[in-house]
Amino acid sequence: MSALLEGDRLDKSFGPTPALRGASIAVEAGEVVAIVGASGSGKSTLLHCLAGIVRPDAGTVRYGDAELTAMADGERSRLRRSEFGFVFQFGHLVPELTCLENVALPLRLAGIRRREAEQRALEWLARVEVEQVARSLPGEVSGGQAQRVAVARALIGGPSVVFADEPTGALDSLNGERVMQLLTAAARETGAAVLLVTHEARVAAYSDREVTVRDGVARDLRVLA
Amino acid sequence: MSLPRTLLGLLDPQPAHGYDLKRSYDQHFAGEKPLAYGQVYAALARMLSNGLIEVAGVEAGDGPDRKRYAITDAGVTELRSWLATPEPPAAYLQSTLYTKIVLAVLTGSDPQELLDSQRSAHLAEMRVLTRRKQGGDLATQLVCDHALLHLEADLRWLELTAARIDDLRQAVTR
Repeated sequence: MSALLEGDRLDKSFGPTPALRGASIAVEAGEVVAIVGASGSGKSTLLHCLAGIVRPDAGTVRYGDAELTAMADGERSRLRRSEFGFVFQFGHLVPELTCLENVALPLRLAGIRRREAEQRALEWLARVEVEQVARSLPGEVSGGQAQRVAVARALIGGPSVVFADEPTGALDSLNGERVMQLLTAAARETGAAVLLVTHEARVAAYSDREVTVRDGVARDLRVLA
Repeated sequence: MSLPRTLLGLLDPQPAHGYDLKRSYDQHFAGEKPLAYGQVYAALARMLSNGLIEVAGVEAGDGPDRKRYAITDAGVTELRSWLATPEPPAAYLQSTLYTKIVLAVLTGSDPQELLDSQRSAHLAEMRVLTRRKQGGDLATQLVCDHALLHLEADLRWLELTAARIDDLRQAVTR
């Protein structure tokens, strides 16, 4: 099966410090892949390169037939908005917008009218069990609720890939587990692949397989095979 | 886990037949490995001879075992004492994993490969437990959590060992 998203021999340095050194990884449609490794191993940098947030110094990132690494910034941003969803450690919700407006935002940016966007956002909030915070601002809700809102926002646009960078890192165990259950269940229902960076093995256990990153080199058994 | 003491705990609320005890044990503790009837009756026979339980009645019928068993005062004392006694914290310093890593260093094999493959094996088992947990009732979730947390502790030790592998090499080849 050909990969949906593929990083090939990626190099990335921050100043004199190499973060990635020839890292390769392939993700297929609909699979949940955990990127694991020690702190500082380069796993978040790998995720950011694959998501088109960081441009690698060398190597290529392909999404389907498109080469992200060859795209102009604007083109890459458009692709990110239409095809990718994101869940970060601290939610990264827009503080001035209500939770409902945050979830509706990807649809609004795609040109969908407010009424329809907010109706679908409300459905997603119910799906991740936080419809009660629809009218609250992100600063008024708990960390667990905010992260569920972030999951809804990541998935509402029907992305092909959800990038989750330590999505449970700021949560207690029970809230973290519920967020992972909701994220992976929703992704499997909608057919989205999930690329998950985590340092917690219990979170990685929600994946279908793991890719270990060590000293900037990804050990993806699918690529090595 | 002590089977006789677990059965004492199941008998504590009310007398029960051997069959009920097996069913109750399987529901709460067995996971995917149900208890064999032979184990139940062997344990009950020992507990009877030790005075921890007694036969509370024998019902008429053709079944193989119509006896109802009840916990005795001595059984209650034994059960309460067991529940109040902490389990000795296990020390795993000489575990197989540690032995393998030291031997990998001593024999010139790549200990990182060993650590990586062990991490994969641990994660594979954790996936099985996570799936079982998601489909299970609260008791199943709690039992799976216990196993998951132990496996996670192993993994954290593996990560720590991986970070210290050069120090370990120096120490064991000195």
